[in-house]
Amino acid sequence: MELIAIAFGAIFVNNVVLKQFYGLCPFLGVSTKKSSALSMGMAVTFVITLSTMIAYAIYFTVLIPNEIEYLSTIVFILVIASFVQIVEMFLKKFSPPIYSALGVYLPLITTNCAVLGVAIDTTVNSGRIFNLAEGVIPSFGQVTIYALGISIGYALVIFLFSAIREEMDAYPIKRNWQGIPIALMTAFIMAMIFIGFGGVV
Amino acid sequence: MAKHEKSLGEIFSNGILKQNPTFVQFLGMCPTLAVTKTVESALGMGAGVIFVLVMSNLVISLIRKYVPREVRIPIYIVVIASLVTVLEMFMNAFVPDLAAQLGTFLALIVVNCLILGRAEAFASKNGPVKSMVDGLGMALGFTGGITLIALFREALGKGSITVWGELSFQLIPDNFQISILVESAGAFLVFAILVATINKIRFNREERNEVA
Repeated sequence: MELIAIAFGAIFVNNVVLKQFYGLCPFLGVSTKKSSALSMGMAVTFVITLSTMIAYAIYFTVLIPNEIEYLSTIVFILVIASFVQIVEMFLKKFSPPIYSALGVYLPLITTNCAVLGVAIDTTVNSGRIFNLAEGVIPSFGQVTIYALGISIGYALVIFLFSAIREEMDAYPIKRNWQGIPIALMTAFIMAMIFIGFGGVV
Repeated sequence: MAKHEKSLGEIFSNGILKQNPTFVQFLGMCPTLAVTKTVESALGMGAGVIFVLVMSNLVISLIRKYVPREVRIPIYIVVIASLVTVLEMFMNAFVPDLAAQLGTFLALIVVNCLILGRAEAFASKNGPVKSMVDGLGMALGFTGGITLIALFREALGKGSITVWGELSFQLIPDNFQISILVESAGAFLVFAILVATINKIRFNREERNEVA
């Protein structure tokens, strides 16, 4: 039950894009076509979930026991960058169809702040995210479900957003509202809708 | 760039106005929306970005001749991440309240595309003095941009602007505040309206120049 609450909260209530503002550059940049938004969503889901698990393992087994948790930012960004590189090489070699679908988006993910943001939130700020007492370590299950929920929320919102933007192309928009401003306005309306989930959990 | 070398003044004002990171280039959108709930946190974020961007541009332009092209991005990221760690430790030690307000976004300066973007586009091709001026101009442009957004959000959403817990200005009476603006959703609204307004001013000016 607790895990369901974490998942629901991560997908809807604390939606990664609309509530926490992680990963906005690809959200506004890539989400002009439904197909590319779906690929990006899948790539992000894969990378966020696995890199959060790796970050969890490193933070609580290496950094904390050695009292070097102030190095977490450097360590996490290096881990994420090399992990993305390995995934890219792996897909290129063993699964060319998936690589051709996701390949272009993988390098972009290194600088997607959602990946680093979730890794930091589930380790350094875990007390605030999971409502834990001082010094309590979140369980591996909690962290994994949270990361999975966050990335599903990301994929869901970026897909819905791209569908709206595709429809919007058919209508004339004033020149000074074209592009980013109208996209931000759409995101505003979506964010208002997502506030409605706030009372559920 | 081909005909005449840009003067330091031009490089400096380029970042603040013509190539403003927030309203023209749309770089570093995540902090732009996330830390603009209050003017205080926007200024804090701006100060952090000024430090990291000036220092990273300086370091990267000093080492630019020794960095092999193939591995330059990882090296830039390590330089930036080290600077951000210094900043994090400094802020946690001296301004812990501000550090807590910025939260994860303090560490996320590492992946702010503005900083890596300037390293790649400017510092890797220019000398240290020019790079520092460029970094300062861009970072001030960023700070100005997010502070402007924060001004609107805090003034209209909360009714008053409070800086460092002491200076406080009551602008709008309690019953007339638009509280949605200090919610997450309001950030999108304020930013959208500001960008559209600035676009309108830019396009109007371009049209006038074409006629003249």
